[in-house]
Amino acid sequence: MSRVNDHHTETTDTDGGGAAGASAGVVPEGSVAVRARQGGGSPGRTPGKGDRGNRSGRTGSRRAASGTSPLVSGGWTPWLYLAPALVVLGGLLVYPIYQLGLISFFQYTQAQVSGGEPATFEGFGNYAELFGDPQFWQVLLATVLFAAACVVSTLAVGCALAVLLTRVRAVPRLALMLAALGAWATPAVTGSTVWLFLFDPDFGPVNRMLGLGDHSWTYGRLSAFFLVLLEVVWCSFPFVMVTVYAGIRAVPGEVLEAASLDGASQWRIWRSVLAPMLRPILVVVTIQSVIWDFKVFTQIYVMTNGGGIAGQNLVLNVYAYQQAFASSQYGLGSAIGVVMLLILLAVTSVYLRLLRRQGEEL
Amino acid sequence: MNPLRARVRRRGRPAAEASALLIAAVVAFPLYWMVLSAFKPAGEIESSEPRPWTLAPSLDSFRRVFGQQEFGRYFLNSLLVAGCVVIASALIAFLAATAVTRFRFRLRTTLLIMFLVAQMVPVEALTIPLFFLMRDAGQLNTLGSLVLPHIAFSLPFAIWMLRGFVKAVPEALEEAAYIDGASRARFLWQILFPLVLPGLVATSVFSFISAWNDFLFAKSFIISDTSQSTLPMALLVFYKPDDPDWGGVMAASTVMTIPVLVFFVLVQRRLVSGLGGAVKD
Repeated sequence: MSRVNDHHTETTDTDGGGAAGASAGVVPEGSVAVRARQGGGSPGRTPGKGDRGNRSGRTGSRRAASGTSPLVSGGWTPWLYLAPALVVLGGLLVYPIYQLGLISFFQYTQAQVSGGEPATFEGFGNYAELFGDPQFWQVLLATVLFAAACVVSTLAVGCALAVLLTRVRAVPRLALMLAALGAWATPAVTGSTVWLFLFDPDFGPVNRMLGLGDHSWTYGRLSAFFLVLLEVVWCSFPFVMVTVYAGIRAVPGEVLEAASLDGASQWRIWRSVLAPMLRPILVVVTIQSVIWDFKVFTQIYVMTNGGGIAGQNLVLNVYAYQQAFASSQYGLGSAIGVVMLLILLAVTSVYLRLLRRQGEEL
Repeated sequence: MNPLRARVRRRGRPAAEASALLIAAVVAFPLYWMVLSAFKPAGEIESSEPRPWTLAPSLDSFRRVFGQQEFGRYFLNSLLVAGCVVIASALIAFLAATAVTRFRFRLRTTLLIMFLVAQMVPVEALTIPLFFLMRDAGQLNTLGSLVLPHIAFSLPFAIWMLRGFVKAVPEALEEAAYIDGASRARFLWQILFPLVLPGLVATSVFSFISAWNDFLFAKSFIISDTSQSTLPMALLVFYKPDDPDWGGVMAASTVMTIPVLVFFVLVQRRLVSGLGGAVKD
């Protein structure tokens, strides 16, 4: 392991990450190689040592950066440039978040919306109602499990196909890339309807091919979730595949060659060489997938027709929507929104900490 | 060295290539089936023996789609919303990305972290307050209610991704421009902007997609005036859970998917490099 790493460090230092430049085009050359090296160096060491190593790497790169590109302090100019963005984000992101929190503390139903009754402050009343409702816990559990299943499947499929891409010639690679781009580009609504049609009990080709007769996939709770999972994986694995593939291309071929000459299997190469080197990229795609899959809305809403039979396929997002817009329980819906926001903020803070530990310079 | 490398690489290649092609076929199959079904005559779609080809392609489904429900209008609405979002968020993000990459000022790092955190906010959770905001601003049932939130939600990611592209423009160019007497504004729009434009286009894919695909806001904010509806809602007109018009749904889906596909294929190369940049830096 360490021998492979040393070898790798030497080669990246001499040829300066040409592969990264080739795949990255406009982006400054060699950054993947640099980052991959940092990631590759740390896993074997204790966290403290790894941190120190990264920190020294960071100051080094800062010094190098300040030599070539000094940032100027432009007085008010940067704020002038930032103003439109800050106004838009303040008005349509920060303010709504504040309002979401506010509404969640009020009794807010159709009567208050139409102005018939004043909104009454309820304190944590909505939250108490929510946490006392067994359906909420059931939905929360379903959301977490469903998101976890989606993330794991997406990452597994995406990484496996990225490795596969590196082992084939141009034509099969292009075919797979184009197919993946097509899946990626498909809007969530159309993807959902198309997958429903594929698995339709009466006219769908899948049941014919599998000889399932008129088995309904959306009737059972698990099979409905499974169908949605297939669609989610189908439309989100391309992002993982493309990103990881770009990362692998930046790894010098000699490293992989050395490993395979030493008799390492594909799985072993992935686990002991590629995965540690690609750790920074894997962190990004994992967190990104967690965030996307945790708040899946369209697929569940369309494919299970608003949450499935008796709400069996509800996830938090759809649940909040149904409470607010179908049952006019805006206060309760907002409380669910706050819970979602807090969970995702927790995920984000883990992400930021991981980035920091990798010596990310913002 | 070379023959050795070739042998290492070649081992197991036929199997890998066969599976790559097979997987490509499986991944592309839903799209193929969508287009195929859109062109199938009615009798073949709702048949219990679906065949993976059709001998009598027809445009009936497309005619039904464009004939009913003012589909053309919804298409234009969608295009208008996505177009406004793309242009506005590209310009705003360009300015902001320039500010955070080309200047050093207090709170710069804090701002960057805020942009990162903002990407993680589940926009769907904000539907309720946005609904009230749009109602109070009298924007319900207008396309503006769809444009504004999408600009806000696509900005953080756009800024984050554009940083790499702005950074890649050499600092020396900026100095040279100032020495030649160019003003800040002139440098910004006549030198930096054209150089960053390819990256801007790649970034736009994401704002385009989020606006084009939007289902939740269209469903929540366009409640009574259906002339302001967008494509995702129109598509669901054909999809009635009990008795879906599959031909119509597939034709409408095809129409809705094609613009995104075209956009994607056009910027594909930039996209991959841009993603690499966003992930790396």
